[in-house]
Amino acid sequence: MRDVLPWLIPAFPLAAFALNGTFGRRLRRFAGAISTLGIVLSFACAVVLALDAGDARAPTLYQWVASNDFIVTIGFRVDPLAAVMLLTVTGISAVISLFAQGYMGHDAAQPRFFTWIPLFVFSMVMLVASDNLLELFIFWEMVGVCSYLLIGYWHERRSANFAATKAFIVNRVGDFGFASGVILAFLEFGSLRYSDIFAQLGGPQTDARMVTAIALLLFVGAMGKSAQFPLHVWLPDAMEGPTPVSALIHAATMVTAGVYLVARMGPLYSAAPEALIVVAAVGVFTAFLAATIALVQTDVKRVLAYSTVSQLGLMFLALGAGAYTVAIFHLVTHAFFKALLFLGSGSVIHALDGEQDMRRMGGLRPKLPVTYATFLIGSLALAAIFPFAGFWSKDEILAGAYLKAVADPGPALLADHGARIFWLYYAAGLVVSVLTAFYTFRMVLLTFHGQPRDVALHTHAHEAPVVMAAPLGALAVGALGAGAILGVPPENGLLHRFLEEVPGVLHLAGAGDPPTAVLAAISMAVALTGIALAYVAYQRRMDLAGRARRLLPGAQTFLEKKWYMDHLGDGLLVLLAKGAAYAAWGFDAKVVDGLVNLAGTLTRQLSGQLRRAQTGRLQNYALLVVVGLVLTVGGLMVFR
Amino acid sequence: MSLNAFLVVGALLFSLGAAGVLIRRNLIVLLMCIELMLNGANLTLAAFGAYLDDMRGAALVVFALTVAAAEVAVGLAILVALSRVYPVVNVDELDQLRG
Repeated sequence: MRDVLPWLIPAFPLAAFALNGTFGRRLRRFAGAISTLGIVLSFACAVVLALDAGDARAPTLYQWVASNDFIVTIGFRVDPLAAVMLLTVTGISAVISLFAQGYMGHDAAQPRFFTWIPLFVFSMVMLVASDNLLELFIFWEMVGVCSYLLIGYWHERRSANFAATKAFIVNRVGDFGFASGVILAFLEFGSLRYSDIFAQLGGPQTDARMVTAIALLLFVGAMGKSAQFPLHVWLPDAMEGPTPVSALIHAATMVTAGVYLVARMGPLYSAAPEALIVVAAVGVFTAFLAATIALVQTDVKRVLAYSTVSQLGLMFLALGAGAYTVAIFHLVTHAFFKALLFLGSGSVIHALDGEQDMRRMGGLRPKLPVTYATFLIGSLALAAIFPFAGFWSKDEILAGAYLKAVADPGPALLADHGARIFWLYYAAGLVVSVLTAFYTFRMVLLTFHGQPRDVALHTHAHEAPVVMAAPLGALAVGALGAGAILGVPPENGLLHRFLEEVPGVLHLAGAGDPPTAVLAAISMAVALTGIALAYVAYQRRMDLAGRARRLLPGAQTFLEKKWYMDHLGDGLLVLLAKGAAYAAWGFDAKVVDGLVNLAGTLTRQLSGQLRRAQTGRLQNYALLVVVGLVLTVGGLMVFR
Repeated sequence: MSLNAFLVVGALLFSLGAAGVLIRRNLIVLLMCIELMLNGANLTLAAFGAYLDDMRGAALVVFALTVAAAEVAVGLAILVALSRVYPVVNVDELDQLRG
């Protein structure tokens, strides 16, 4: 039984996918229930597994490739890290699938939707539970495919198709790095299984530079999947997909695959401290970039999208500081409150018959009480206010950066020693906290408070049905309590102790007793400042925006144009690609076709000349015969 | 009579016939020239048969004459068919197999 259980977890969603894929048209509305049921069963198995995941198990399904030295198996690695991810993935997916049954209820093609959702859950489960890099990569691609299918679900919309394509292509760029990393890893370690790789790290034959290179290349893949700068551009566009998709894939699960990758390869990264610095730098920069852009977004889903990018950046900051378990902690809490916020926004959008622009909202609090309450809980969690979930995890991230900054640097750059640059990252993290709180409550105030800006929309708004409200409630409980349950006391809570046996947990040298309460107080103060600013700007209408515009001319445009990244991408990549394409086309049309046509023309010319011998006149032919005869006989007579 | 005399006459007949085939334009004349060439060859054949006192020469001539007769029949049939189209059959004009 113990060996079968790990396989049941992906088996149920796979079965749901197969059922809905085959019989979807006949099942119609029932497809949603099948999807939810499959995922719920998967979650149940994950719970049973987690209760038993003290000892890591690795049952293998079968050997896929066996050629001389290159052996690849499809197997499972069941350890606490995998268990945590499985619980998060299946749990959140189940709740979202239930919500989607209500949200997609009017959609005629919903069986197709509920075919891709369980397929995604299957792929994500297999990704998380794989025991070697190649298997992970396969399902890495699979979740990318599901993302493409779901973003472009409303395929009649051109913008949706573009967004889906953009997501897949940007991801592909990251995958190039990932694949390079996998190849190097095989060259260096001779195997792609985690256990084999970890066993060889630190040994005499491993080349430190190769290890760093592999770590960096794998991180490039993580940048693509987890939308870090500069491969973040696909996530906001991905909001073209239905809101449950945004909640599931682009907030709670798929985008966290990059974080999971780095955490899973923890020992590798601990052996490559330069790579960790890069990871932290990219993470904190992305967090800052995305938070600033979120300030000026008018579409509620876009605010949440940039917020996700920003929070993922914070997770990578934690990873870079060596606090892998903290990153996973934030991953879990973020899954709760971000999914909650997305589903809440979905409820609002559903109530307003598809309106997503906050400038046309306002005063929805009395009309959507349940949605408001849960949305507020999610917002408080995102802004990291005590005692909501986000507070505990975000505070630990900042604490991790602080500890890394003050720890003894040591003679060489080592993963378990300090690095002064983390002072900068810590400060940046505080700034991001302020911005986060600000844009979050700007969103809340614009949507639910004040006077309704579109009276017609406001009048028709109706609260969500139970099938949508219940998931909101469930997630709200998580957003409220998950942090406290999992993370108390800080650095030694339930989650930390659970994940302690996972290879790669770092303990910083000379970090000493962290002044926990002080750091926590700073975090809270910073977050409350952000909320206060938002209140002042949007509730009291003190026109802070106007002042900011006067103080920093051009800043608003800069942010609205997303730091001109689209222009950069367009100019650089698109022009380059177009130039190359035209050059290739010219070569093909003129040189290659020219040569082929030349061959044809030459043949025709030659034959044109040769055909002149065919006069069709009897006497010409007779003449030739006679001439030939004379020459032959004459020749014979002469040369006899 | 010397053999040479017969051979010369045979050669002359053949050459005249060949020249006519190459030069003349009327199809009837062409056919007659072909006959001439055949007769030249037959004469040469018969002369050698007599000279070598071998009956096979004469036998071959009989065969050749038979074949010539059949060939003339076919040739004239073609001529008759053509003459329905062209009032005067000029070989110069028969170039429809021109490539």
